[in-house]
Formats: sequence, structure tokens, C-alpha cells
Amino acid sequence: MIVNRTEKVVGRVVLILVLIVTLIPLVNMLSAALQPADTNPTGLTFPTDPQWINFVTAFNTGNVWRLMGSSLFIVIFVVPISLVFATLAGYALGNLRVRGGRFIFIFLILGLTIPFEALIIPLYYEIQALGVLNTQWAVILPLIGLYMPFSVVWMRAHFIGVPPELSEAARVDGATTFQEFRRIQLPLARPALSALAILLFLWTWNQFLLPVVLIADPLNRTVAGALTFFQGQYYSSIPLLNAGALIIIVPTIVIFVIFQRQFIAALLQGAVKG
Amino acid sequence: MTTSIAPRRAAARAAARRRILRGWLFSLPALIAYCGFVIYPLILGIQYSFYKWNGVGPSEWVGLANYIRVFTDETLLASIGNAFVLIAFFTIIPVASGLVLATLIRSMKPGPFSSLSQTILFLPQIIPLAAAGIAWSWMYAQTGAVNQLLNAVGLGFLARPWLGDFQTALPAVGLIGSWVLTGLCTVLFLTGIGKIDQSLYEAVRLDGASWWREFVTITIPGLRQEIAVLVTITIIAALSSFDIIYTTTLGGPGRATLVPGISIYRIGFTQSDVGLASAFGIVLMVIVLACVLPIQRLARANDR
Repeated sequence: MIVNRTEKVVGRVVLILVLIVTLIPLVNMLSAALQPADTNPTGLTFPTDPQWINFVTAFNTGNVWRLMGSSLFIVIFVVPISLVFATLAGYALGNLRVRGGRFIFIFLILGLTIPFEALIIPLYYEIQALGVLNTQWAVILPLIGLYMPFSVVWMRAHFIGVPPELSEAARVDGATTFQEFRRIQLPLARPALSALAILLFLWTWNQFLLPVVLIADPLNRTVAGALTFFQGQYYSSIPLLNAGALIIIVPTIVIFVIFQRQFIAALLQGAVKG
Repeated sequence: MTTSIAPRRAAARAAARRRILRGWLFSLPALIAYCGFVIYPLILGIQYSFYKWNGVGPSEWVGLANYIRVFTDETLLASIGNAFVLIAFFTIIPVASGLVLATLIRSMKPGPFSSLSQTILFLPQIIPLAAAGIAWSWMYAQTGAVNQLLNAVGLGFLARPWLGDFQTALPAVGLIGSWVLTGLCTVLFLTGIGKIDQSLYEAVRLDGASWWREFVTITIPGLRQEIAVLVTITIIAALSSFDIIYTTTLGGPGRATLVPGISIYRIGFTQSDVGLASAFGIVLMVIVLACVLPIQRLARANDR
């Protein structure tokens, strides 16, 4: 690649500026969170006497353990169930090439662009009729359905890429469909599955609309949905609100930094396939 | 080979039938979940949209009245208009700046700095949008960092509570979307540029082409797939925005930042007009489809 000096310098400077703009709102939260809880802080000022105790206060008054537990409960059901359903369907549509599979596929694609907002009103009454309003199930059940179009399309794309000779070889050796699926297809699908798992985890953990509408008690919501509860509770204390919000986003950031290569790859692929 | 052909054929047919059955069986759980929580509520929503119903009492058939209200009620039209304004901030700014940024930093060698910057650019994608809303409402506050910066550079007369001002609330909210989406665009374009044949760049450079010419004749055509994808995603994000608005302005001041998502929420749950809210939901879905389908068409036509 031919790149001259000026371009290199300009590139660096622009990049650093963008990085600063990206980070400022987050750093600004931290600087506010460390100010004395009963003051009204001004802008981005580094605290002279950092009040780390604010995080403890926000953690306790915000019931963060309960919130994390509730989020985890929702994720633990939504992600594995979606993965299993999507893998089975993706295998049927991508590898078995069932008659009528094209119809199923187009039927699912129709659901890809429906915004959740368009379904939220009828979903509320459906969930009410099911008798699970205000429980975590009110979010778990719809999310599995709502993520299904994307998840199936994703897994189908993977299974279509697997050479059919592999299945044929397995069948010639006398393997049943189930054996072939478990011994040959599943191990091959692992990268596609883990990327999908990352995406589903993020979307569920950060899901806001459904918990806000379908679960009245913020403590039973996802952590993202509970942020509104923080806003209400710490209306008068900007430091505590920011401390609370930071506590809630830090776990995802930590997980992201650890698995960042997988996260970025998953998000990029997710964007392209979505 | 002692078996005759006929029984083998029958066996093959039976196997094929079993395979079809198995395929449908495998698809069944996904289809049930999808029908139960996407298709069923969709049909339910269409049904509601023809009734006047407060959610508990008796309902009354009103025909197309709810749809007529969606297209005549000034507040609802304003919220649709705001959603289209948001496209400028959610789509045009991130995609355009992503393109420019990606070209500017493509010269970077892979190393700790470039991977660190990728991580940072992706942070806004990882945190909940609701948290981004909280972070930015503090940035935009009267005593917040934005006004502090303006004061510091001598533009203090511009300082204001950005989210409380009728003139600035919508752009301010929109810029939060730009902040969230620019990183995604940049990183996706960077990977896209990596796939463009580098000899093309070298060829135009040798011809003495300017930076702009190179950008227009090689980078943009080479990235049209990525552009189509990102435009689609970000338009959907703009038209169906909810989280950011909910945690920053709730649609205010007045209806300055009201968007369809917030309107549906308010009409359906605060004003208990289930029919109207459902009709607006259906309209929103159709608007999204009408915006997204042509882009897909265009992208596909370009490929040929």
C-alpha cells in the first residue's frame, strides 16, 4: 500500500480525536460518580477527593445483586433455548434441504425487519393472557420468538456452507441423521454457534423495551431495563446515578474486553448477515 | 448387487419421506416460537388496530378510523417526522464519517494501538443504549461537560440545557445515535477496505489521482456491500429508536423528540388507546419495510 507521511500523521491524529470523543462520555460518568454524593458536580472535573464509597452506596441501594440475578436468569433461558431451536431449524433448512424449506425460510425472513415496537402492544395482552406478566417469563418467552428469524437465518447460512459430501459420507457409513448431526455437524458449527451466543447474550442483557413494558417491578427486569429505576431513585444525585449506571455496564465491558476478538467478529458478521 | 431395482427405489422413496418429515420436525420448535411471539402478536395487532379498546372494557369496531388518525393527528405525524430527521444522525453521519475515518486510518499497521482503538470504537456498541442515554443526559446537562467545553473555548453564549431546548433537543438526541453507531461503521468499513484489491489503489496512485478521486473511484464502489448493510441497520435503528429517547427526554420538551416508539408506548399504556397504538405499530412496521426493501433491491442490483 502506498501511503505517504502526511497521510499517516493525519490518520493518527483523526483517530486519536475520535477515540477521545468516544471515551469522554464514559470517563465523564466516572468523574461524576466520584464526586461527593450530595453535590451537583460540574462537567468533566477530576475529583479532588474521589468518593469510591458512592459505588458501594449505589450497589446496595440499587439492589444490584438482585438485578444481576434477574438478568442472568433471563439470559440463561433465552440464549441456550434460542441456540438449540435455531440450530435444529438451521440444519433442516441448510443441510437437509427439506421440501417446503424455502417457504419456511421466506416466512422467517419476513420477521427480520419487524421492529419490536410494532409488536409490543399485542405482546402485552398476549403475555397477560398467558398469566406471566411481571415475571421474567414475560421477557424470556417473547425474546426467544423475536430472535428466531435472525438466529435461524444465521445457522442456516452456516449449514449451507458445510460440504454435502460430509453428510453423504456419514450416511454411507450407516450413521443416522441424529448421529450425523451430533458427531459431525455440531462440532463444525461451533464457531457459528459461539458467535450467535455472544450476539444473543448482548441483545438480551441490553434489552430495554420488553422489560420496561412487560415487567412492572424493575428488580425483576434486565439490568438495562432497571436503569430507569436508577433514574427515578437517584433523581437528585448525579454522582449516585452515574455510579449505579457504571456498575451496571462494567460487567459487560469486562466480558467484552476479555472476549473482544470473538465479540467484534460476531458483531461484524451479525451486521452483515442481519 | 443381488437386489433388484424396484425395492431399492421404494426404500429410497421411504428414506426421502422420512427425511422430509425429520426436516419439518427439526424446524418445528423454531416455527412454534416464531409463530407464537411474532406472527400471532402481529395478527393480534392488526385485529386491535380496527377497534377502539381501552385494554379492559368492551371494544368497538371502528374500521379504518385508527389509521386515519395516525395520518392526520399532528402529534403522531410529528413523531414520524422526527424519526426521519433521526436518520440524518443515525445513518448519514455514522456512515459518512465511518467511510472517511476508515480511509484515514487504513494506513495503520496492525499492532497493539490499532487493536486498542478497535476495542474503544466498539465500546458504545456493547453498553446498553439506555446507559448511553444516561451518560449523555449528564453530558448535555446545564452543568455538564458540553457547556463546560463551550465556556472554556469562549463560546459560553451558546451554552444551554441541550435536551431541554426545543431547538436543540432532537439534534442532541440524534448525536447520541451517531456516537453509538460510528464505531460500528468504521470497523466494518476497515475490514471491507482490507478486502479491496490493493493493486487498484497503487494503480490510481501511480496515475497521480487525488485522495478524493481515489475515495470515489475505488473505496466507495469497493464498499457498496458494507454501505448497503450499514444503511439498512442504521435506518431501522433510527425509525424504531426507543431506549435513548426514553432515558434522555421521554419525547420532550413538548413533542420535540417524540418518535413512533415512544408514541406507541404512551398511547398504548398511558392513554390506554390500544387500537390507535396498534395501528401506529403496524404503520411503523410498513414504514420500516418501505425504507429497507428498496436498499436491498439496490444493493442486489449493484452486485450484478
